[in-house]
Amino acid sequence: MGFTRRDLLKSGAAVTAGLAGSRLIGMGSAQAQNTLSFEPEEGAELRVLRWRRFVEGDERLWMENTKKFTEMTGVPVRVDSESWEDVRPKAAVAANVGSGPDIIVGWFDDPHQYPDKLVPVTDLAEYLGGKYGGWYDAAQRYGMRGGEWIGLPLGASGACTVYRQSWVQEAGYETFPTDYQEVLDCAKKLKANGHPMGLALGNAVGDGNGWTHTILWGFGGKMVDEDNNVVLNSQETVNALEYVKELYENFIPGTLSWLDPNNNKAFLAGDVGATINGISVYYAASHSDDPAMKEIAKDINHVNMPIGPVGHPTELHLFTQAMVFGYTKYPNAAKEYLRFMWEKEQYEPWQQAAQGYISHPLDAYASNPVWTDDPKNTPYRDCVKNMLWNGYSGDLGYASAAAMADYIVVNMFAEAASGDRTPKEAAERAAKRAERYYRV
Amino acid sequence: MALQTATQGTGAQADSVGLAARLGQNRTFLGVLFMLPAATVLILLLAYPLGLGVWLGLTDTRIGRAGVFIGLENYEFLFDDSVFWLSVFNTFLYTVVASIVKFGLGLWLALLLNNHLPFKAFLRAIVLLPWIVPTVLSAIAFWWIYDSQFSIISWTLIQLGVIDHYINFLGDPDMARASVIAANVWRGIPFVAITLLAGLQTIPQSLYEAAVIDGASPWQRFRFITFPMLTPIIAVVMTFSVLFTFTDFQLIYVLTRGGPLNATHLMATLSFQRAIPGGQLGEGAAIAVAMIPFLLAAIMFSYFGLQRRRWQQGGGD
Repeated sequence: MGFTRRDLLKSGAAVTAGLAGSRLIGMGSAQAQNTLSFEPEEGAELRVLRWRRFVEGDERLWMENTKKFTEMTGVPVRVDSESWEDVRPKAAVAANVGSGPDIIVGWFDDPHQYPDKLVPVTDLAEYLGGKYGGWYDAAQRYGMRGGEWIGLPLGASGACTVYRQSWVQEAGYETFPTDYQEVLDCAKKLKANGHPMGLALGNAVGDGNGWTHTILWGFGGKMVDEDNNVVLNSQETVNALEYVKELYENFIPGTLSWLDPNNNKAFLAGDVGATINGISVYYAASHSDDPAMKEIAKDINHVNMPIGPVGHPTELHLFTQAMVFGYTKYPNAAKEYLRFMWEKEQYEPWQQAAQGYISHPLDAYASNPVWTDDPKNTPYRDCVKNMLWNGYSGDLGYASAAAMADYIVVNMFAEAASGDRTPKEAAERAAKRAERYYRV
Repeated sequence: MALQTATQGTGAQADSVGLAARLGQNRTFLGVLFMLPAATVLILLLAYPLGLGVWLGLTDTRIGRAGVFIGLENYEFLFDDSVFWLSVFNTFLYTVVASIVKFGLGLWLALLLNNHLPFKAFLRAIVLLPWIVPTVLSAIAFWWIYDSQFSIISWTLIQLGVIDHYINFLGDPDMARASVIAANVWRGIPFVAITLLAGLQTIPQSLYEAAVIDGASPWQRFRFITFPMLTPIIAVVMTFSVLFTFTDFQLIYVLTRGGPLNATHLMATLSFQRAIPGGQLGEGAAIAVAMIPFLLAAIMFSYFGLQRRRWQQGGGD
C-alpha cells in the first residue's frame, strides 16, 4: 500500500500535541478534532461507483458536491451509477480482480466480505464520529471489523410505514398503529374498506428484507445468536410467521412477486392504503407536477415500523457505506473526497435535496432541518438509530451476506404466508438453509 | 577474411529465405499458423474460464479470499440442497417446454414467411424484432405486462369481461413459471424462424414441382420434402436454442430474481446468486459446472446426429 495513514494535514485547535501521532479520538469526545484533511497524491483522479438514485435530488446534490470537491482540490472525479442490484456484484468483482473504481458506495455487509481488499478508514471515521456526535451503533457495527473501520457508513435508505391518512382514519385510527396487533386489525379494516396493505414478499433486496427481518426480530426470533449458532427454528420465529400469515391475508394480491419498485407504483396508483417503504413515495408525489399526485402527497403520512412483543424497535434498513479499495493509486485523494462529502456543509444539503431519503449514521445530523421543516419526514430521522444489523445478533461477514443474498428470511415468510408450507415447516427449512452458510 | 564473412552472411540469409520458403509451402505449418489466432482466443476466452470454473467448484473460494481444495464437498452440499434441486427442475421444465414451443411456432412462422407474401422483407424484419431488442429491455416490458396491478393483459381481459380480477402472473409459483417461459418463447422464436427460413430457401424448387406433378398433397410435400431437407438445420438450430434457453439468465433476473418461493430460479440464476451477491464463489461455480453435463449431452446429441448420413438425408435411424 503506497500511503500512510498518518499522511494527514491536521490543523485547527484540536490538533494539539496530545493528539499528534496518536489515533484520533473516539466518538463524541469533547476533544473532537474539528478539521482534518488528506493531501491528495500528485496527479490524482478518482472513479466512484454508487447506486442509481431513487430520488432526483440525491444525485443532483451528490454531483454538485463532487464538482465543488474538484474545484477545491483539482482532483477530477468520475461518478458512475449502477442499479441497486448491480453495485454488489461489481464491488465483489472489483475486490476479486483488484481493479475497478477507487471508491464504491455499496450495501449492507459488503466490506465484511473482503475486508483485506479495502483501505482502512479508521482515522477518517474517528474524525467524523468525533466531530458529528458519534456513529450510531448499527453504523459502527457495519463499518468496523476487528477494531478497524473498513467502510465509511453513508446511512440507510430508511423504511417507515407509508399510509394514506384519510383511509387510515376511515378505518378508525388517527395515525397508523405501531403495535403488532393493532397493525393487524388496521390491515383488516383497510382491506374491508377496499384499501388493502401491500408489502413486498418477492426477492426484493430492500423492501422484502427490511420488513420481514423487522417482524422476525420483533417477535424475538433471529437467525443466529451472539455466537453465530443458527437459532432460526424457534417458537418466536413460528409466532412471527403465523402473524405474517394472517397479515398477508389482508394484502393486495400479487405481493409474492413484488420487487423493490412495486409498492411505490401500487401506492401512487391508489391501489394500497399502506406499505412499508422509503420516503421515495412521498418524494415522488410531492415533487410531481400532476395535481392528482399533489393531492395524494397531502394525504400521505409516515410512521416508524411497528414494535413487536420484544418492546423495542427492531428495524432493518437498506444500509449503504463507502469502501476505498486497496488497489487505488490515490488512497489519500479518496479519503479526502469522502471526508469532504461527509462534512456538514455537503452532507446536510445533500440530505435535504433528497428529502431525507438517506437517514444519517452520525448523531449530529439529526438536527438537520430536513427532519422538522416537513413533519412528515420526521419518522425517517431515527431509522439508523433504531436499526439492527443484518445477521443480528451474530457477526457481519460471509455468512450473513450469503444468507441475505439467498433470501432465506424473505422466502421463509413468503412460504408461510402463501400457505406453501406451515410456519413450522418454513422455519425448519429456513434454519437448514441458514446452517449451510453458518457452518464454518 | 572479409570476403569469407560476407559469403557466410549471404549463405545464412539464403538458408533463412529457403527455410521461410519451405515453411510457406508446408501445409501442416501453415495450418497451425492460421489456426493459432483462433486457438489462442478459444484457449484464453473459453478453455481457461471453463477450467477455472471447474477448479473453483472444487474449492471453497469466496469473494476476496482464495480458497483451498475441498474436493467434491460443494457438490455434496448441493446434493442436499432443496433449492438447488428445485432450480434443476425449473431449468429442465423451462428448457424443454420453451424449446418445443419455440420450435413449433418458429417452424410455422418460417413456412408462412417462405410463401410469396406482400411486404415480405418488411414482415421478416418485424419478425426479427424480439431477437434484436436487448433482452433486458424486453424483460422490463414483460415485467410491466405481468405486473400484478398494472398488467395490460389483465386490464384488456377485464375490459372484455373475460375475467373480473387481475391475474397474478408472477405471484403464483406455477403461473410465474408459465409466464417466464412465455417471455422466453416470445424472445426466442425469431432465431428459430429466421434460421429455418434460410434453410427453407435452400430447398430446390424443382423438388416441389416434381412432387406436384406426382400429385403430392401439401402435407405430403412437407412430410417428404421440406422436413427431411430441413433436418440438418433443425438439428443445428435446436442445439443452439436449447443451449440459449438452458443458460438463460437475464429474463429471470429482471422479472422475478428467482421468486416467488424460488419457483423460477434456474441453475444459471442460482449460480450467480450464490457466487456473487452471496460471496460463495466455489459453490456458485459448482452449480455452473453442474450444468455442463446437460449442455454436453445436448451438443453431443446434435453432433452425432449430424454425422449420421440418414439424418443428413432426412431419414430416421
